[in-house]
Amino acid sequence: MSDTHSNTAAYVRDTMIPQKAPPTGQVGAVRWLTENLFSGPVNTILTLLGVAAVYFLFVHLGPWFQNSIWNANSLAECREILDGASGACWGVIKDRWHQLLFGFYPQYTDPAIISALTGVDLATAKGWGDASVEAEKGFGVVFRYWRPSLTFILMVAALVPVLFDAIPRKALWFSAAFPFLAFWLLWGGSIWFPVFAMMGFAVGYIAFIALQRISSLAATVGAVLAPVIWWFFLAEPIGDAVASAIPISLVPIQSHDFGGFMISIIIGVTGIALSLPIGILLALGRQSDMPLVKWICVGFIEFIRGVPLITLLFTASLLLNYFLPPGTNFDIVLRVIIMVTLFAAAYMAEVIRGGFAALPRGQYEAADALGLDYWKSQRLILLPQVLKISIPGIVNTFIGLFKDTTLVVFIGILDPIGLSSAIRADSNWNGIFMELYAFIALCFFIFCFGMSRYSQYLEGKLKTDHH
Amino acid sequence: MNKTVFFGAMTAAVTLVAGAASATVLDEVKARGELNCGVSTGVNGFSAPDSAGEWQGFDVAVCRAVAAAVLGDPKKVKFVTTTGQTRFTALASGEIDMLARNTTWTLSRDADLKFTFAGVNYYDGQGFMINKAMGVSSAKELDGSTVCIQTGTTTELNLADYFKANNMTYEPVPIETNAEAQQQYLAGACDVYTTDASGLAATRATFADPENHALLPEIISKEPLGPLVAHGDDQWADIVRWTMNALVAAEELGITSANIEELSKGTANPEVDRMLGSSEDDLGAMFGLDKQWAKRAIAANGNYGEIFAANIGESTPIGLARGLNALWTQGGLQYSPPFR
Repeated sequence: MSDTHSNTAAYVRDTMIPQKAPPTGQVGAVRWLTENLFSGPVNTILTLLGVAAVYFLFVHLGPWFQNSIWNANSLAECREILDGASGACWGVIKDRWHQLLFGFYPQYTDPAIISALTGVDLATAKGWGDASVEAEKGFGVVFRYWRPSLTFILMVAALVPVLFDAIPRKALWFSAAFPFLAFWLLWGGSIWFPVFAMMGFAVGYIAFIALQRISSLAATVGAVLAPVIWWFFLAEPIGDAVASAIPISLVPIQSHDFGGFMISIIIGVTGIALSLPIGILLALGRQSDMPLVKWICVGFIEFIRGVPLITLLFTASLLLNYFLPPGTNFDIVLRVIIMVTLFAAAYMAEVIRGGFAALPRGQYEAADALGLDYWKSQRLILLPQVLKISIPGIVNTFIGLFKDTTLVVFIGILDPIGLSSAIRADSNWNGIFMELYAFIALCFFIFCFGMSRYSQYLEGKLKTDHH
Repeated sequence: MNKTVFFGAMTAAVTLVAGAASATVLDEVKARGELNCGVSTGVNGFSAPDSAGEWQGFDVAVCRAVAAAVLGDPKKVKFVTTTGQTRFTALASGEIDMLARNTTWTLSRDADLKFTFAGVNYYDGQGFMINKAMGVSSAKELDGSTVCIQTGTTTELNLADYFKANNMTYEPVPIETNAEAQQQYLAGACDVYTTDASGLAATRATFADPENHALLPEIISKEPLGPLVAHGDDQWADIVRWTMNALVAAEELGITSANIEELSKGTANPEVDRMLGSSEDDLGAMFGLDKQWAKRAIAANGNYGEIFAANIGESTPIGLARGLNALWTQGGLQYSPPFR
């Protein structure tokens, strides 16, 4: 065959040409660059501008970070060390980070226990500025602020079963009990107060089960009334009796000592946890066929969405003081939590209503065709789909709510932003801006980015279409 | 959690209402064992938390002196942070017993908002700060300059009045906060920064190059700052007022935190003896306190001069001169009525 071939057509090549390397412009980094960065005049210009911006940032911020100073007790000291050069004075964070995190929450200062835990002898230490306390500052702060620290750890533990369904479902009982535990740990006082408050829900449940045999209406009424009777008339005398028999209590801490990220997280997490169920109810109410329910929900949503959050906060802080009798001390943090929750719930309701609107009509009809009643069709057919559609919007509202907690600075609550100005009012740190804001921004970023990543994970997990 | 706290707060509220009926502020404070004192969220030298969370400052010292006089312990103060918007409501609603927060004494605040000013602990006034490179030595030479000014404040009105009265023009650079003003001024967005002179001094102290900036000698407004209490309890107003007076009188009479123990054993000066409770007269009983009230108030932070020197005086970074706040015997305005 080869003979024939070579004889009949001498010009035909009988060997393969060795493979050449592809043109330099089509491989590796060069190809990637031309495809992604320099694919045309416009993109080339944009790329160059981008590089210039990064370079500019690096040139200006690089030395600032490189000259970072951690060991300084005042801005003046930083400036002395820097000697005219530009540099970040992180000494302020080192000096005040416990305040930025915990506000003025009283520190636990039993010298014996702190020494045992941290190995620093506090019996001889004079106070926060003392050298031996300095040495203990790092890890020891967790013990000094053991109540908020423990609450935070428990909060993470309580959130995990809610967020990830791989965790055994029984762990949800802990999540349900966590709010009461957190209240006790943070505010202190007798343990029986939150315990008896929690029992109210059990009382409601028992009443519901017991009365269900009679009628479902009686069960619902009983489930609402029984806890109210419990909380207002029974819990206090019984609670007092138990408390005097078995006194377990923590030192009570007042809300005005709360501050820093602690207050942001308390307001943010409570608001988030409560605004979702309230928002769902409002969204259902807005779609309801019952005119009274519908108009109450519409009125509430439109009113709350029609006023800025800061107005509601001022109402909480100022107007309520005028309405309530003089001498009344309605906890300010509680007032703020209520207002923030109502605000977020109104937005949440609209986000969820958007989810309902996106649901094809067939789903409603399918639920009806199955003969499910209203609550069952909502719970089993509609809401799971609606919530899935609404995830980006819901998380968006959560992130917005968490960041909006910084507005409490205007009513004199020292959140991180408020503390940054309080810290600046100290002569040692007056005139320091970027370092404090950078630290606060970093902390907020960690939380908000975490929420955003979780929502993407959840979206991916719940994806049922096949793209 | 919401429900628990809610019902807890409601019950607490109900009990408080029942208990609070018709008690005087003094009785309430004594029963509570703690003085609720409203302070700012942070003004350099006047009120600021230190790194241990203890409040320090010139206004804070007033709270501590009152707590020492009433409760016997300058530490028994709950500092409630208030903003410019929330301070008056907090006082009117009884959330705080007294307010010590750089508040200017004006007729409308006294009469319309129904507060009683217990005196003036700092005579302030609006001043100007310039970069020395401008080569200006008097506010009269500021014609045509750009001025950084906080919007919506009395300083804005004072500035307009002053320039109009002197037939000069200026270009305002509106700013929101002191922090923003510092940045704008240092960036050269305005030639002049104007606010209360104490604030200017505190601001200048934070600059990397304070020696290149100067405060002009003109003070164009009166800003008498002092603590205040709500109308309706004259006894309480008297206590706060006379605690302040005791601090001023102590400086005049030479009572300091160093020699107070020595002097309280008895002196040749009957007024000192009356103040420190070492004579027969029992001044404290006239408003429900004991004989040693003034002694404790002075011992808490020292006399007026000591408080001034420790927080905002010339040895501090803020470096304010006594000026109007010197004793009347030294050409200032601080003057206490007699303790008799």
